[in-house]
Amino acid sequence: MILVVVAHADGRVGRSTFGLIAAARQIGRSGPVTALVLGSGVAGVATEIAPYVDQVLVADREELAQYDPQVWAAAVAQIAHEGEADTILLTASRSGRESSARVAVKLDAALLEDVVSVVDRQGALVAERYSCLARVTERIEALSPVVVVSVKPGIFAAAEPTGAEPGEQYDVELAVPPARVRVTGKVRYATDRIALADADVVVSGGRGVGDAAGFERLVVGLADQLGAAVGATRAVVDAGWRPYSEQVGQTGKTVQPKVYIAVGISGAVQHLSGMNKSRLIVAINKDSEAPIFRVCDFGIVGNVESVVPAMIEQIAAARLSRAGS
Amino acid sequence: MRILAIIRQVLDAEESVYVDNRTVDLKGRKLVMDTMDEYGVEEALRIRERGAEAEIVVVGIGPARFEEALRSALSMGADRAIHVETDQEVDPIALSGVVAAIARKEEAQMIFCGGQQADWDSQALGAAVAEHLDWPALTWTRKLELKGTTLAGQRDAEDGVESFEVDLPAVVTTQQDLNEPRYPTLPNIMKAKRKEIRRETLESFGVALKVRSHGVEAQNRERLREVIDGRDAAAAASQLVAMLREKAGVMA
Ligand SMILES: Cc1cc2nc3c(=O)[nH]c(=O)nc-3n(C[C@H](O)[C@H](O)[C@H](O)COP(=O)(O)OP(=O)(O)OC[C@H]3O[C@@H](n4cnc5c(N)ncnc54)[C@H](O)[C@@H]3O)c2cc1C
Repeated sequence: MILVVVAHADGRVGRSTFGLIAAARQIGRSGPVTALVLGSGVAGVATEIAPYVDQVLVADREELAQYDPQVWAAAVAQIAHEGEADTILLTASRSGRESSARVAVKLDAALLEDVVSVVDRQGALVAERYSCLARVTERIEALSPVVVVSVKPGIFAAAEPTGAEPGEQYDVELAVPPARVRVTGKVRYATDRIALADADVVVSGGRGVGDAAGFERLVVGLADQLGAAVGATRAVVDAGWRPYSEQVGQTGKTVQPKVYIAVGISGAVQHLSGMNKSRLIVAINKDSEAPIFRVCDFGIVGNVESVVPAMIEQIAAARLSRAGS
Repeated sequence: MRILAIIRQVLDAEESVYVDNRTVDLKGRKLVMDTMDEYGVEEALRIRERGAEAEIVVVGIGPARFEEALRSALSMGADRAIHVETDQEVDPIALSGVVAAIARKEEAQMIFCGGQQADWDSQALGAAVAEHLDWPALTWTRKLELKGTTLAGQRDAEDGVESFEVDLPAVVTTQQDLNEPRYPTLPNIMKAKRKEIRRETLESFGVALKVRSHGVEAQNRERLREVIDGRDAAAAASQLVAMLREKAGVMA
């Protein structure tokens, strides 16, 4: 059986999970594609995912209300073991990568981490992933029969419903260990903007925008005109101008939009590793020597204070004239 | 208390990547301690400087060249080092078994390692070590404070900043901005030359590799690199807007 661990938030299946199911179907291993739903009050999640898979395993337990990698990994490993799963797929989000490492240790399995392709070759799973700060593509092979795979979000197109009856749902028994980490507080990032990972267009700002107000005016202002998501560099996040959830790069999010617009960003390798797979890269920077110009498709050597307001004005005017015609 | 800091030696981030014969060519390139791991070494030192009694042991598992990175950590102030020497590429899960074995033997109470390795782009090591030891792991920490045997702090979760408390032992993964790693002073560099680096063989740990690498390929994505002068802001902006419309279908 191929076990797909369902990522969910606020009672909805996470977008990346549909990509996981697509990966599970393309892997070329036999056995039912089985969704595993862990959490508390997750009946809706199980029902939502059922049409896409062959069967659904549900562990609806109060102890699982809070995500804890150690607890979740124990649950996933137990179910994988009892269900004799040979392939366990998780989303390569930060939390998914953390618990997948634990699941691999628990099952004495290989871990294929953050893969962009994965396929069975005569019984062995072979995968591709990016390494060296996402500057090379590495080909790796699992050496164990049971394999844990974390799949990079946004690579596999979402699976369609199977068209057959929704997968049957089964409740599973679990021995849930107590959580050791006490979460004493949480500041959530709330945003009504399109998520970075889902956006076709991302406008990102760096220290070159001057300050928090400049970021709001230039980066958020341009993103509003384009219906784009907002990203930021580490320098901007460290300065407290923007929340960490918007950070793009090695220690932030990885994005691959159709268009990535870098505003006042120097183009440090740690930043590039989070966006260098974007289809089209645009850079605006006053320093013609900035490294970002070496990886961009279109660049403007100029002051963001004058170029970006001109863009905002022209796009707004174009929209107005279209609305009026 | 004993604290382990796990380090790797990697290509300096400022260096370009060249691929030769399906491997990243390191010959003649600048190699450094992985910055992500350096924050861990620094944090261990700071915990001690804030009053905890601790021996700080750096651990490196890799080829002979790793010794340089281990020496850097000793020059920063770590007490001694363990070098498990191997030319094999050991995958993070297999590696975590070696680290866990060392942690048991050394009776470690805390283990630091970088949040993501700059060579493998892997985030697995810290969590995998914790699982072997049945310890909690605090990943992507941004603030740490040790009160007795309770570790409190803040970490970056996916959807916000989490405050936490945990009783030791624990694994902690580190990242930029947790601290500002110190530069070794000359006296400390000299002192470090006399500190012990214990060598062990990978074979003595009996590890079974879990993943084999078939090598790497360079990503030669050609970019158009059409760069224009933006002194006339309105003209430059209109070229860009036109380009976005034509080439990317934005605002089409
Ligand atoms: C272990 C580690 C992990 C890291 N992870 C990340 C990460 O995930 N993401 C990340 O982004 N960084 C990361 N970094 C930091 C990274 O190395 C850079 O420091 C950071 O990306 C720089 O951000 P910046 O481009 O905003 O700032 P700067 O490098 O200061 O660049 C500002 C740019 O703005 C330009 N500029 C200034 N004023 C103007 C103006 N008026 N008009 C036009 N242009 C202007 C300047 O020419 C300059 O190029 C990491 C670093 C380390 C060591």
